[in-house]
Amino acid sequence: MKKAVIILVGIAAAVAFYCAPSAPKGSRKAPTGASDLAVAAQKTYVAPGDLDEVYLFSSGGHSGQIYVYGVPSMRHLSTIPVYTPYPATGYGFDDETRAMLGGLTWGDVHHPALSETNGEYDGRWLFVNEMNGRVARVDLKDFKTRQIFGPMPNISGNHGSAFVTPNTEYSMLATRFSIPIPKGKYAAIDKYASDYKGIIAAVKIDPKTGTMSQGFEIMTPPFDWDLGDAGKKVSDGWMFWTCYNSERATGKLEVTASQRDRDYIAAVDWRAAEKAIAEGKGDVIGGVKVIDPKKVPGIVYLLPCGKSPHGVDVSPDGKYIVGSGKLQGVTTVFNFEKVQTAIRNKDFTGDEDGIPVLKYENIKDAEVPVGLGPLHTQFGPDGYAYTSLFVDSAIAKWKLGTWEVVDKIPMSYSIGHLCAAEGDTVSPKGKYLIGLNKLSHGRHLSVGPSQPESSQLVDISEEKMKLLYDAFTEPEPHNAQMIEAKKLHPIEVYPKEENKNPLAIWDVKDAGVTRNGPNVTVKVVLVRSTITPTAIEVNQGDTVKIAMTNIEQTTDELHGFGLLDYNINIVVDPGETKVVTFKADKPGVFPYYCTNFCSALHQEMQGYLIVKGKG
Amino acid sequence: MKAVFERANQLLAAPLGLGPRGLLVVATLLLLPVYLMPLWKLTMFAPQYPDGLRLSIYSYKLVGGNGGQDIKEINLLNHYIGMRDLAAADFNEFKWIPFVVGGLGLLFLRCGVLGNLATLVDLLVLYLYFGLFSLWSFGYKLYQYGHNLAPTAAVKVPPFMPPIFGHRKLANFEVYSYPGVGSYALMAAVLVVAGAAYLAWREARAGEAADARVVAG
Repeated sequence: MKKAVIILVGIAAAVAFYCAPSAPKGSRKAPTGASDLAVAAQKTYVAPGDLDEVYLFSSGGHSGQIYVYGVPSMRHLSTIPVYTPYPATGYGFDDETRAMLGGLTWGDVHHPALSETNGEYDGRWLFVNEMNGRVARVDLKDFKTRQIFGPMPNISGNHGSAFVTPNTEYSMLATRFSIPIPKGKYAAIDKYASDYKGIIAAVKIDPKTGTMSQGFEIMTPPFDWDLGDAGKKVSDGWMFWTCYNSERATGKLEVTASQRDRDYIAAVDWRAAEKAIAEGKGDVIGGVKVIDPKKVPGIVYLLPCGKSPHGVDVSPDGKYIVGSGKLQGVTTVFNFEKVQTAIRNKDFTGDEDGIPVLKYENIKDAEVPVGLGPLHTQFGPDGYAYTSLFVDSAIAKWKLGTWEVVDKIPMSYSIGHLCAAEGDTVSPKGKYLIGLNKLSHGRHLSVGPSQPESSQLVDISEEKMKLLYDAFTEPEPHNAQMIEAKKLHPIEVYPKEENKNPLAIWDVKDAGVTRNGPNVTVKVVLVRSTITPTAIEVNQGDTVKIAMTNIEQTTDELHGFGLLDYNINIVVDPGETKVVTFKADKPGVFPYYCTNFCSALHQEMQGYLIVKGKG
Repeated sequence: MKAVFERANQLLAAPLGLGPRGLLVVATLLLLPVYLMPLWKLTMFAPQYPDGLRLSIYSYKLVGGNGGQDIKEINLLNHYIGMRDLAAADFNEFKWIPFVVGGLGLLFLRCGVLGNLATLVDLLVLYLYFGLFSLWSFGYKLYQYGHNLAPTAAVKVPPFMPPIFGHRKLANFEVYSYPGVGSYALMAAVLVVAGAAYLAWREARAGEAADARVVAG
């Protein structure tokens, strides 16, 4: 009897120990969502020597660069330095690019914007913003940064940029951080709500050359403007921006700026603003015409949107504006026509410093239950929209018009932006969608604590989305844009006849040193496998200007000019002339040599800078 | 009526046999895991946390998984919805549970040496009371965490009851909450004490029958 009880208790204990319910023990890697491996491999494999179909221009965040990838292989093809010196191409070392950087050695690149004609990418330029209030233009003819415009007056924290209008009339900006304007003005932080100002700005773009110049600015309450998108087709002429902190709060914003249930999407009639400026309206602040919407009504309207929205995206037909609170479970689709009707009927619920606020219920078409943490939306060619979900770490696919969510795919992990091929234009190309994820959590060989971000390629050519490839991109891919490769036709050498540099020479006979007092100009020829002259003699204290021309006209024949101990590192492409000016303040003999491997006798391509001491 | 109580008193006063005494020693041993193993385990998975976030509640401490990091991570996440930080100082249970269990252990042993069926029944009742009170106390603590959310929180969620037992989906998290080895040992202990009581009762009944036979004979 006793034994029986003891045995029973023992069995009960054993059963309890082994069968008691408990949480799963091991890790749960997100289901990959990969299609059949062989299919995924075939869809992404670009055989050696073959070319990719699509270019991906990925922002490099605070690295200050743009990274170029080929899709679908996801191979990193090139790095375009924009706001940061890049020794690999000598960017930021020669006089021209150093002047362009303007003394700043970093910039926080966020949103690349390909130039558009009639709302389609035209493959001419890539504009890209940076937080210090600058916009840069990369020429897609040679993939080189050709202009850095700014820092612009009154702009502090240029996050909501560099979105272009459908015919690249403007690159648009909006400030994330409000300050008293103009820059340099003092106002105590407790005057934030009234004395600090947000700015929405338009940078004018020359339609022929792409050259940027000062456009106009619009003063706003001190909201934190976040992201924007230009209207297109029916909504062409309008620009939309999200904001958080409509509370106008300071301090611990994660709390103080999260108190209202709704923030805003601003709808800006930029053609009306353009017209107002042409009519002489606006006040000059910090050297630029600034429109105060209180004084010039009819330009800015506020659409209430879920709390702290992030992205705002306009559908390919321009009819819908998609935006959502970034912590919500739904994304709101606003109807542009309803917005127009509400504006016509003055269907306002109030105002913010004179800017009318529209009524949410009257301008929305749908709240699409995409999932938790909707951030950004891109579009396919077939009426589908793709929304990134940060909290759910997934992409939701839904149908415009029926607002039905048809598919979801997990992203590893915590997706931010997403980029569909030409997915923000009037004619999205489909096929490829890339999730730009904030965390990679060990989906790669460990490289220590500084982990790469992940960019995941998704196949959207069929009804179900399928994960094809994990690529690991350098920090910090905020947004990216994909353009069909056939639209770009980059040159591969700079034609000699187009080189207008007055210091360019094309014959070694012309190479040499000319002196004008303490100013020394050296004309240098770079060609396989000699740097001519092979010796440059100057006096200590001279200002030395070295102009080097790579007289090659053969593709891929780059030459470098590395000057030891003087921190000079120039790379000259075929047919290009680069100039560097420095003070020869150190006496002695300093070797220079070709840094970019060029030929069998590359090692022999060297010379000496001889600086004769004063004593 | 009186006869019933007298009979019951007689039964209850019966000294314990070797079996129940042995079982009480076993029950005492089963209390030991309370000091070594977690009483409850919470595990949370989200896409961003493929390895899960783990929280073990011992009788005297909170232990986060991943070398303690998980508890910091859980608190970091909870601060968005305005939940108080999980802190050992908030759990007065950590002070009284080990003390009470120790006391119960001593009473088990005392009963094992000096006890009769009555003290065994007392122990069983006391033990059940302790178990249910602890469970309520733990549940109430969770209720408070889920209901006293800061009104200024960045993310406003309706007050909620975190799961005590089982699996639930909370936002992007799959939350699993189950007893740990310590609790299972406590449950086993109560079964063993109940077994001892049953055995003692059977023995007392048998003794009573034998006495009746003696009287009758």
